[in-house]
Amino acid sequence: MIENLKNIEKIINSELASKVQHSLIANEELTVEIDAKDLIDIVQFLKSNDKCKFRQLIDIAGVDYPDKEKRFQLVYLFLSHENNTRIKISIKFQLNQSINSLTKIFPSSNWMEREVFDMYGIKFKNHPDLRRILTDYGFKGHPLRKDFPLTGFNEVRYSEKEKKVVYEPVKLEQNYRNFDFESPWEGTNYIKEIKNLEKDGKKN
Amino acid sequence: MVKKTKSLNLNFGPQHPAAHGVLRLILELDGEVVEKADPHIGLLHRGTEKLIEQKTYTQALPYFDRLDYVAPMNQEHAFALAAEKLLNVEVPIRAKYIRVIFCEIGRILSHILNVTTQALDVGALTPSLWGFEERETLMTFYERASGSRLHANYFRTGGVHQDIPIKLVEDIEKFCRSFPKIIDDLEGLLTDNRIFKQRNVEIGIVSKQEALDHSFSGVMLRGSGVPWDLRRSQPYEIYKDLDFKIPIGKNGDCYDRYLCRIEEMRESVKIILQCIERLPKGPVKSIDGKISPPNRDDLKQSMEALIHHFKLFTEGYRVPKGDVYTAVEAPKGEFGVYLISDGSNKPYRCKIRAPGFSHLQAMDYLIRGHMLADVPAVLGSLDIVFGEVDR
Repeated sequence: MIENLKNIEKIINSELASKVQHSLIANEELTVEIDAKDLIDIVQFLKSNDKCKFRQLIDIAGVDYPDKEKRFQLVYLFLSHENNTRIKISIKFQLNQSINSLTKIFPSSNWMEREVFDMYGIKFKNHPDLRRILTDYGFKGHPLRKDFPLTGFNEVRYSEKEKKVVYEPVKLEQNYRNFDFESPWEGTNYIKEIKNLEKDGKKN
Repeated sequence: MVKKTKSLNLNFGPQHPAAHGVLRLILELDGEVVEKADPHIGLLHRGTEKLIEQKTYTQALPYFDRLDYVAPMNQEHAFALAAEKLLNVEVPIRAKYIRVIFCEIGRILSHILNVTTQALDVGALTPSLWGFEERETLMTFYERASGSRLHANYFRTGGVHQDIPIKLVEDIEKFCRSFPKIIDDLEGLLTDNRIFKQRNVEIGIVSKQEALDHSFSGVMLRGSGVPWDLRRSQPYEIYKDLDFKIPIGKNGDCYDRYLCRIEEMRESVKIILQCIERLPKGPVKSIDGKISPPNRDDLKQSMEALIHHFKLFTEGYRVPKGDVYTAVEAPKGEFGVYLISDGSNKPYRCKIRAPGFSHLQAMDYLIRGHMLADVPAVLGSLDIVFGEVDR
């Protein structure tokens, strides 16, 4: 498995040298970081290249890092049945940037991109039908962003008076309790560890 | 003179017995032929991924039971594997066997439900009555191992929650001896049944290429003739030591998928029997006290065990930084968890890859040009459960 991954890493690095920003094998998984504008080219290459043959798009996962300059990350997971390998393609970009849609290459990316749009508000260029998919009709906000509260903004109930479902602002009897688990008690640091920490501190 | 026709828009669901849950399917019909299908999903969306980000790893696990509630433990398995991969914990061998036994029970649970309800959708009532009796037996096995019939919360990081009693193992074995007869009975009702065949053969055909393009997995992929099963090609737990076959379809229609499911149930029974035969003795969860909770007995005696117990159930364990994707062959296809940890006690991001999501997406392409009456047949053979599609 690892050998296979290393081979593929080599192929990608040599064939697409200028486009690959960083590649890494960790936890027996290959991750390739690229620039958002090269996405289509690279996916096309991965799908059609004889040695890669990543013929199946498994999933698209969005990640939100509100503190970073490039706030969003998209991770595309691909699978090659022929080589029995997986690859992760990761792109990082800013809030208002829109990303090229993969629907032309993988029809299955249609709903996956709709889900990312729904959850993170990331826009996709040339997507045939970019609507919300999982949230309610007329929903506002993007729930999986880190600044969206867990409880949301609106709650629904059936109103006996109006004979219909009504939307109201969330009212909680008790505030949501978010415990801080970062313990002030670090435990005993052994002298060795303290020295190591100091060393690392100097390096940074 | 050309006669002008207007196509009819039909709302299939959200409340429809053949929609297998809360699916709103907007069909555009020309007479009785479907021109376009637009599935509206999300009516069962519970924000699982958002909730998991707020919970510790131990607390996040039960959410997986609620995804595909037809085969709960298979979902837990994917998450447990992901956390174990990041933590780099070794699972004891007995726990691996127990996990495989219950995963295969889950597969049988799911396939019985699917096969019989598919039959129900095309007009056969008896199979579901016979099948559900067996499901009930299987769910009591779940209950005897974990304490609940559905929401098991049984596969924990580092092993399983508790050991299973010998009597339960014997009963599972007894079930496995008698169950093939039930499959024969079900097959006797359906496989050569003229009506069942007329409703399923050459309906909803998927070619190999299309199955790949639409991200199909599991039976949907194998029904189209792609020999791909994660238990065989990327084996986890002890699957590589077990002897089982992977049934593959030829035509990629609803009928082939039905046959695949029937055969898979037989293979699952074989796998369970092999596991029971070899079931070794030993611990059922990791001996690392920082990850798996101590025994009840130790709590009364050992201060350290008490501290570990307290820390594990308040703060939880911390998972090293990194990201992993682990997938298991769930009954419905490849169920994956993409987990990102930032080194704290809560997952930073947990993306759930549900097989049903991609399958339902292909509904429009599968049903175009078919008759309205084929909609339930195709939907039934996709094996959709809304818990996992909507998450």
